[in-house]
Amino acid sequence: MRQSLNDGQLILNNLLKDMGQEVERILQGCIKTLKSLDRTQAEYWIAQDQVVNNLERQVDDECVRLIATQQPVAKDLRKIISAMKISTDLERMGDLAIGIAKVVRRIEGPLCKPLIDIPLMAEKALAMMRQGLEAYRTEDMELAQNLALQDDAVDHLYNQIVRDLLVIMSQKPEILDQGMYLTFAGRYLERFADHATNIGENVIYITTAERKDLNK
Amino acid sequence: MGQSLSIHNLEAWYGSNKILKGINMEIRPNQVTAIIGPSGCGKSTFVRCINRMHETLPRTRVRGEISLDGRSIYDLNPVALRKTVGMVFQKANPFPSMSIYDNVVAGLRLNGMKNKQELKASAEKSLRMAALWDEVKDRLNYSGMSLSGGQQQRLCIARALAVEPSVLLMDEPASALDPIATTHIEELIRSLKEIYTIIIVTHNMQQAARIADSTAFFLSGELVEHGPTSEIFTNPHDKRTEDYITGRFG
Repeated sequence: MRQSLNDGQLILNNLLKDMGQEVERILQGCIKTLKSLDRTQAEYWIAQDQVVNNLERQVDDECVRLIATQQPVAKDLRKIISAMKISTDLERMGDLAIGIAKVVRRIEGPLCKPLIDIPLMAEKALAMMRQGLEAYRTEDMELAQNLALQDDAVDHLYNQIVRDLLVIMSQKPEILDQGMYLTFAGRYLERFADHATNIGENVIYITTAERKDLNK
Repeated sequence: MGQSLSIHNLEAWYGSNKILKGINMEIRPNQVTAIIGPSGCGKSTFVRCINRMHETLPRTRVRGEISLDGRSIYDLNPVALRKTVGMVFQKANPFPSMSIYDNVVAGLRLNGMKNKQELKASAEKSLRMAALWDEVKDRLNYSGMSLSGGQQQRLCIARALAVEPSVLLMDEPASALDPIATTHIEELIRSLKEIYTIIIVTHNMQQAARIADSTAFFLSGELVEHGPTSEIFTNPHDKRTEDYITGRFG
């Protein structure tokens, strides 16, 4: 029943999965680049923005096509609207990851300290994104709601990074610029995790038709 | 102005076949209420009970209560009731031997109106309300059958409006029309609700979503869910409603 609509929803699910995989590949690459401060690699990752942008456009086109040709209602409509919103979140997550590569352009090496917490934060943020997409795929409310707790952990890590960098910057004024750019990188990851919780909010909307703020 | 309808424990039979199984429903005045549901669910029987047409068929039976603005329809003479509760059918059915004008005033003449000026004024008013006047004002003496399908359906609506009902029942009024004629009918329904209470049976889900203030989903002679159209089509409470409107039924 409604095979065309079901097929379209499957296409959307696959596109969002592809977007998630691309965002993950880019963020991991950007973190590696931040560790090495390799500017050539940074330029490569910055150019990867187009891959995610193209996928977002494909999601938009498929959503518009399904709305125009299938007239979805109720949960079907919520799923399609949510797919559009999730793709926007993923596109923003891609931008934030690339923001880290752009930081590499500006940092004059070497790094003032070994990078431990920022890669850890990136791992946690990526785990949240994967969990959000899994919750979307399986419409698992519990997985979606759990993202709020994980977001708190990422926020906590971000605050710790800011505190640590402030201490270093106050002791070594010559690395003020670098400290500021590393703080930016932490901020990008904190925002990345917020977008992952947005995915969870959309899963809750699909399942219950209610809006819930997981970013409190 | 439109009147409210209260339906309590309405049951209807064709022979031994129970078509409606205890319908309870409140219909607010000056609103469009859409009745949706699969074929055979009792939608048409339901509206035909409201103007007591169901009971005119052989081997039929009705039990329960229907009241118009608090007054039982069974206390009214059926002819008087049908003047108050007009009906438009799926297939446009102008009287084939009558002119456009005679079609519109047929009900008024049946009710004893003879004054030509009054009949003329009423015909013009009804045709204007049915958004047909501008298209037919210069050929009122042409046969009703000379009109297009969409115009014929609006002629039938004008004929129903001429006797000044307060409730208008419509049984799939646009199902045989092209999209342009359908749009005309839908726009007409939206404007008519200012004056009438409208109940429309439709198989077209998008049509219900477009024009109805509230929507009722019938299934196997039962009212499954009745609520604001925006709610029924975005977040229905009953899974059976969701399955039906999303096309995943059966």
